[in-house]
Amino acid sequence: MSINAILGGVCIGIGAMLLMVLNGRIAGISGIVYQSFDEPRGRNWALFFLVGLCLGVVIHIWVSGDPGPVFDKPLTTLLPAAFLVGIGTRMGSGCTSGHGICGIARFSGRSIVATIVFMGSAFTTVFVQSLVWGL
Amino acid sequence: MKVYSALASGTIFGFGLALSGMTDPANIIGFLDIRGQWNPSLAFVMMGGLAVTVPAFQLLIPQMQKPILVAVFALPQNTIIDAKLIFGACLFGIGWGLSGLCPGPAIAGLAYLNWHIVLFVLVMVVGMYSGDRITRLLFSAG
Repeated sequence: MSINAILGGVCIGIGAMLLMVLNGRIAGISGIVYQSFDEPRGRNWALFFLVGLCLGVVIHIWVSGDPGPVFDKPLTTLLPAAFLVGIGTRMGSGCTSGHGICGIARFSGRSIVATIVFMGSAFTTVFVQSLVWGL
Repeated sequence: MKVYSALASGTIFGFGLALSGMTDPANIIGFLDIRGQWNPSLAFVMMGGLAVTVPAFQLLIPQMQKPILVAVFALPQNTIIDAKLIFGACLFGIGWGLSGLCPGPAIAGLAYLNWHIVLFVLVMVVGMYSGDRITRLLFSAG
């Protein structure tokens, strides 16, 4: 439903704003995942943010009663995809949240270019895949 | 204190991901697949998010001397648009298009206790570590 998409987007924006206003950090999840391995134990703000992401989903399951989506992609697609997401977000310094939600809001040229490129490459991937399956 | 503020920020962010349907790969694929029944959710989510972050980054944060709980804002200083950025974003887009999952929904989705997601996150982290090595290999030699 589009109202939930907008409200959910607003929540994502508020979460990103709070992390910057309180902790001075960009809410870029790929970067935070990487940093969560480096921060000192007990003061690992990055790990707490990631635990928060899961907690947010748990709260949503609890209030909505929706047990969550079905993940039915075969592992032969899913795991190479996961590897590409990992390499690509390191090499490209960010993902949908860091470049798309925070970087664009900072009017960062790098983030605007990265977002256009990963959107374009994702559209192309799905298009090519649907052509191949259609054969 | 700063770990609890990070926890709270993450919780609101994660709730937003689930509420908006972004933890469901079908919604991402539905947006990316222009040949099928187009699902515009992702565009609405981006608009909702940017409606908050644009004023926050353009109006609120420039007025602040420092973040509330730490000494400095950690903002990226790099402004160079290089092959590394383009090639990396391209690879990320392929993985995202194949799976319908990007890092935020993948981590948040661990809460669904589904082993497909757990494996996705593990392989993604391996990819991140290999990413540094592969980047050096590709871009530092020349």
